[in-house]
Amino acid sequence: MTKKVQKETDITFYIRRYNPEKDDKPHWQKFTVHVEPGMTVLDGLHNIKETQDGTLSLRYSCRMGVCGSCGMLLNGRPSLACNTQILDIAKKVLTVASLPNFDIVKDLVPDLTPLFEKHISIHPHILRGDSGEMLNPTGEFYQSPDELTGYLQFTYCIKCGLCMSACPTIATDPEYLGPQALPQSYRYSKDTRDDGFNQRKKIVGDTHGAFRCHYAGECSNVCPKGVDPARAIQLMKRQLVWDYLKLRRRRAKSPILGKPEGVERIPEIPEPPPFTV
Amino acid sequence: MAEHKSYSNKIGLWGWLGGGRWGFERYLYTLHRITGLGMLLYFCLHIFVTSSRVFGLDAWEKWMGTFESPLFMVGEFLVFVAFAFHALNGIRLILIELGFSVGKAEEPVYPYKSSLNVQRPLMVVLMIVAAVLVAAGGYDLFALSH
Repeated sequence: MTKKVQKETDITFYIRRYNPEKDDKPHWQKFTVHVEPGMTVLDGLHNIKETQDGTLSLRYSCRMGVCGSCGMLLNGRPSLACNTQILDIAKKVLTVASLPNFDIVKDLVPDLTPLFEKHISIHPHILRGDSGEMLNPTGEFYQSPDELTGYLQFTYCIKCGLCMSACPTIATDPEYLGPQALPQSYRYSKDTRDDGFNQRKKIVGDTHGAFRCHYAGECSNVCPKGVDPARAIQLMKRQLVWDYLKLRRRRAKSPILGKPEGVERIPEIPEPPPFTV
Repeated sequence: MAEHKSYSNKIGLWGWLGGGRWGFERYLYTLHRITGLGMLLYFCLHIFVTSSRVFGLDAWEKWMGTFESPLFMVGEFLVFVAFAFHALNGIRLILIELGFSVGKAEEPVYPYKSSLNVQRPLMVVLMIVAAVLVAAGGYDLFALSH
């Protein structure tokens, strides 16, 4: 593939500003930034903050698409500012705004509280009936590589909120669990170590649950980690329908593998540290 | 947590209608809703008009005469377009929502491909069928009927 040649140029940034102490509603402010090839939107925003307006507020942390802090609406599309290069999406003008469907705390900082509340509501952890084994494990829960592949894709979620801000269903139904929480419910329901499907189905099969999704597919288009939330939601619906029709296959819980018997530990390998919880 | 003032940034209906750098399936999502609402409106009108028969033959014929104008012919064709699209796209959605044609979970490798890529052949085939239905319906309505 031939690499597109990009030249340094001046780009006009239109940034949607909102200061809760002064403003009743957001307004657009214009900045001009000299952009070189390779500069990310986050670099451009730092340039503005350092040389033009120190009051610009934004949230960021890792600068490499891992932490999910710098989600913004860039030229009308929810994206991470740190892994979007300016010249890839703008020739002369770049619009930067806070993520839609989330309240604005200040300037480019969205209030992601609904995302985390919805995430918590689906019990995003392994649920098992044998609490004794959970608290005092006697071995490992066995899982085959194929079983791992069945949900691994959905574990890469970084909770950046891009999917929820792109979702047209959330736009008109703020109570909808959305493309962040629903794939996580599938991720745990598909996990062979987990036994919490019946507990989660009451939440994800409810009015504002999985069946509100009608596959606009934007969550999968904007996800910066390839999680494909739209796929997980459809697979979750499949489980819910099959369960309702009593056709869902009951799978055995992961067996507990204790220490192997009749073999000696290789002396060079140190013992694991004691449990801390 | 301390209370703070914030600005509600919910976009409401613009979330359905707002274009921009969106994927094709999002337009199908919006069109599916619009055609669904359109057919619901037609259904209400249909019940209203056909119920006129209880007021006698004259009332019935008066209403039927109204619908012979070219404007209503075009309207009738649009209802058929909405039906063809909504039915075929609905089949796609039913299949997808039952977990067919979205593929299995896989390790994401950049550039990412998603379930949208998996279902696209189904979408293309069904949209072609819808287009053929619309063409046949239009031919029947405008060419054969007159």
